[in-house]
Amino acid sequence: MGTPGRRRGRRAAALGAGLACVTALTACAPAEPPNQVNLYYAPEDNLQKVVDRCNAESGGRYNIVYNKLPRDADGQREQMARRLAAQDPAMDILGLDTTWTAEFAEAGWIREWTGDRKAEVSNGTLAGPLASATYEGKLYAAPKNTNVQLLWYRGDLVDQPPRTWDEMLRQADRLEAEGKPSTVLIPGAQFEGYVVQFNTLVASAGGQLVSDDGQRAVVDDGVVRALQALRDLADSGHTSPSMSNAQEDDIRMEFEQGNAAFQLNWPFVYASMKEDSPEQLQNLEWARYPSLDPNKPSKVTIGGFNLGVSQYSQKPDLAFDAASCLRNAESQRFSAVNDGVPPTIESVYAGPGMAEEYPMRDEILAELRDPAIRPVTPAYQNVSTVLAKLLSPASDIEPQRTAERLRNEIQDALDSTGVMP
Amino acid sequence: MSAATRISTSERKAPLSEGKRAERRLGWLLCAPAAIVMLAVTAWPIAYAVWLSFQRFDLKFPGQREFIGLDNYVTVLTNQYWWTAFGVTVFITAVQVIIELVLGMILALIMHRALVGRGLVRTVTLVPYGIVTVVAAFSWRFAWTPETGYLANALTPNGAPLTEQGSSLAIIILAEVWKTTPFMALLLMAGLALVPEDLLKAASVDGAGPWQRFTKVMLPVMKPAILVALLFRTLDAFRVFDNIVVLTEGAQDTSSVSVLAYNNLIKGLNLGIGSTMSVLIFIAVAIIAFVFVKLFGTAAPGSDEKDGRG
Repeated sequence: MGTPGRRRGRRAAALGAGLACVTALTACAPAEPPNQVNLYYAPEDNLQKVVDRCNAESGGRYNIVYNKLPRDADGQREQMARRLAAQDPAMDILGLDTTWTAEFAEAGWIREWTGDRKAEVSNGTLAGPLASATYEGKLYAAPKNTNVQLLWYRGDLVDQPPRTWDEMLRQADRLEAEGKPSTVLIPGAQFEGYVVQFNTLVASAGGQLVSDDGQRAVVDDGVVRALQALRDLADSGHTSPSMSNAQEDDIRMEFEQGNAAFQLNWPFVYASMKEDSPEQLQNLEWARYPSLDPNKPSKVTIGGFNLGVSQYSQKPDLAFDAASCLRNAESQRFSAVNDGVPPTIESVYAGPGMAEEYPMRDEILAELRDPAIRPVTPAYQNVSTVLAKLLSPASDIEPQRTAERLRNEIQDALDSTGVMP
Repeated sequence: MSAATRISTSERKAPLSEGKRAERRLGWLLCAPAAIVMLAVTAWPIAYAVWLSFQRFDLKFPGQREFIGLDNYVTVLTNQYWWTAFGVTVFITAVQVIIELVLGMILALIMHRALVGRGLVRTVTLVPYGIVTVVAAFSWRFAWTPETGYLANALTPNGAPLTEQGSSLAIIILAEVWKTTPFMALLLMAGLALVPEDLLKAASVDGAGPWQRFTKVMLPVMKPAILVALLFRTLDAFRVFDNIVVLTEGAQDTSSVSVLAYNNLIKGLNLGIGSTMSVLIFIAVAIIAFVFVKLFGTAAPGSDEKDGRG
């Protein structure tokens, strides 16, 4: 429990650091101070406080300056890729989506983590998030936060959460027959978020899209099975009319309108509902993402962000240390409680404040212990674009034929010889 | 003195006087900075894009960069996504320009003939053109999305128009037409101002009705202005990008060639394929301009002075 006194002290410290930043910026704009480390990261409400704390703890050894990247993932990747391709030395620490690790590593834009630093980052970190920061056996980034999707459902409509996809559709049938809301919400727009859902279905069916070395399109029976699941959902009549244009935030809003029974989405829906309509919160229940195999639990795709150090940084030592601090256990706990981003360090889940902000933490941890990872290849962006294109709209999927096309076009995407849709 | 100048102007081939030559040299010198800047900012990027289009060059695989001649062109020109996007672009361009021409002409006539509040009428018509395209596109997107908008369910009670190709294209065209018709009207109004009032009066004395006056007198006189407007709008419409990106992000086969080039170049970081598409778009735009200038000949901008001065 933070006492008011301590909170005031922290705020004063933050303010002081803020002022120091302003003066440093105005005074030293042309020549950067030698201890300045530039962090480029997506907008996160309370990350500045983490930065301030790390700066204070370093005792002046480094001074992290938080530069905000655009809000959308494509915008973030574009800005960093453009500047790194031009060997921009002004970027030190980079906020990388888990799927960019291979791309940035293969292009030679980020530095490998080695020795003691690698040991420090690996220690206590969950295996899934750690794997998402690894490429060809080398660690290229430090996992900052992770993310997994859950099945959110209306407790007043559904007694027992469905364990499989088919069970979910049958429950929706029953709800519809009773004249109750039966819609299953899934972000089905032609975009990365839809690919995340598909990847979960593929992994839950035991399928594989791309070979482990990232060279070959596999597209096996599990993929066909996942395609069938999406087609079943589209044919069931329990989808939203705007499914094929909806992203995560759209279905979050639609669920809050009260016309849906199920929603497959990230944990942010809990915090959003708490803020928007607390009266609905008592009916909001969650469970593990439904599986495709009745005998095995689902394998859910992990998201999240890792911190990498730019190849063109002129202060790599400071940058590595600063990045370590930004993602250490205390920083992760603070970000989890204040910004709702799930930690990558397992012990943090038991930390103070987590029980109130993360009532669903047990499900999240259970999913994180046996997660699915999106194909690891430098050409992931191409693969994802092809997938999004061929899976949308779900009502046009013909499992066998779509799988055939996926195999051809994913192979082209991996070779980066084809045209991206 | 005056006799000498008269001779030199009448006989063009005659050698230039010392003064004339100095004047011409000065002219070139004065033009040079502008010409050099033009070369630097337009000719060089175009040449560089052409050079890139002959290479396998993917920022993700920097080690695999090599010269591959025309392979990228073969890849793009045999790809169905490219041709779908090309078809969509041509369709959007053609439909949009025709609708804009008709509506723009009606608007121009209204603005030209408005008796009261002429300034107000013109300002009001121009408002859509003054709004940033992306901002306007977002309002259209919200309007056409069920839950957030009023238009989506006004037409189809249970539909989501932006999730299907046909209705998405219609909405894209609508958004473009809504935005650029005022521009078309403005260009056409400049043409209307060319039509002498006396000519119209003479025609009506000769018994020509309103329609005949419009088709037989106004249109022929306005032809240069109409062609300029058509050329501008066709070139512009062919490069349609922002409305599509905001409204559908190219989903359900609604990508234009520009969206496709952007996806490959910026999202895919594939400089080879992306540059190839850019060059192809450049060629397409050049062909459109060439066709307008050649086919409709004399009235188009950049043609000979004979009719242009009319």
